[in-house]
Amino acid sequence: MKAMFAGFAAMILIAFGAYFALQEIGFSTQDLSSGANVRLE
Amino acid sequence: MLRHVLALVIALTVALSFPVSAQQSETVSADRSATGGAQTLEDILARQRGETIDDSFRSDAIGGDALTAPGLGPLGGASDPELWRALRYNKADVRVSDGTEVGKVLVQDGGMRWFAFREGPLSTWGGYLLLGTIGALILFYLLRGRIGIDEPMTGRTVTRFKAIERFAHWLLAGSFILLGITGLFVLFGRMFIAPMLGKEFNATLLTASKLIHNNIAWGFILALVMVFVFWVWHNIPDRTDIKWFAQFGGIIGKNHPPAKKFNGGQKIIFWSVIVLGGSISLSGVSLLFPFELPLMAKTFGILNDIGAPGWVGLEPLPTTLAPQEEMQLTQLWHAIVAFVLMAIVIAHIYIGSVGMEGASDAMTTGEVDEAWAHQHHSIWLEEELAKRSATDAPEAKATPAE
Repeated sequence: MKAMFAGFAAMILIAFGAYFALQEIGFSTQDLSSGANVRLE
Repeated sequence: MLRHVLALVIALTVALSFPVSAQQSETVSADRSATGGAQTLEDILARQRGETIDDSFRSDAIGGDALTAPGLGPLGGASDPELWRALRYNKADVRVSDGTEVGKVLVQDGGMRWFAFREGPLSTWGGYLLLGTIGALILFYLLRGRIGIDEPMTGRTVTRFKAIERFAHWLLAGSFILLGITGLFVLFGRMFIAPMLGKEFNATLLTASKLIHNNIAWGFILALVMVFVFWVWHNIPDRTDIKWFAQFGGIIGKNHPPAKKFNGGQKIIFWSVIVLGGSISLSGVSLLFPFELPLMAKTFGILNDIGAPGWVGLEPLPTTLAPQEEMQLTQLWHAIVAFVLMAIVIAHIYIGSVGMEGASDAMTTGEVDEAWAHQHHSIWLEEELAKRSATDAPEAKATPAE
């Protein structure tokens, strides 16, 4: 059962890691398709 | 059970392809002399009936040489309707401040086709597939019952999966279940959750679902690579699979055909997970980085080159797609393949839990009773016991030091 819980824990850790890493590299459509002259709000 | 799943998958594939091919075959060619070449009432009515219209009489009427006629100002000799048609068919020379191909598409009607397919055939047939699979498994359970172990348990166990293999399996399983549930929320939320629990609740749930779906995906991809590396060697089809399928894998009847580490049914599950899961991962990454990794036009081009659309009576697929169309088609493909894989995985979960006595031990503790192993994987058990005796033998023969 340890392997199962380790798998679930890894899943959560990877998800958090991915969330912060992808925010850092600016992967969102808003970041990709906007500039100083484009108003999105 | 596998036959049920396959039958449902085939039925879905046929059902989905039928309306498409039916629509493709109905092309309207009308006499437009009365309107001077403009669309007629019959064109409009045909479009409203959902028939495919060759609209090149409109898409090509964008001014032609008049666009570059000298001395006629920025628009040349093109009229306003011609300019609007050029915008409508993405043929105008558009320059936008964000400088991307996405921004240059000012009119995009593919969104409605995507929306109609998503709310219609995708949700309907996808839902039926999952419910049908669950129903078929319940029926199978009622008819066949739990597959038990014929021989008495020996109390001796053999290691079926190492810790790292179980870790990869549960990383894959846990992430797939979360991805499946959140994906279903996103697809069905507006249809079922919002009317029952309110739009505010649905909006919050879908925001959370999107966040989970987008980030859990990486664990799924990692685990997919891991299980492929660990198990591909054991999942190469061989002659024992033919015998296994000939006896329906012991699922129907009392025979228990010999099998290696993975039997024929498990090999189907493995390759389904790898191929369909790989395709879902690829389309998912394309969706995660919008417009950066377009796949569909390229894939359509390859399919056209090998003549694949003709095999099912379709016209060649479009190879020029607006960036938004790329995303729409990628999302539909992502969902269709995910539905098929979910149905297969539901069957896998059934057989690995309530459907077969002793099966879950292989992935929880990693140890299975020799009686279970003998019944379901006799060739593998013999190999494992031979390895064990080969390891033990030198110790037995060793002469104690004096």
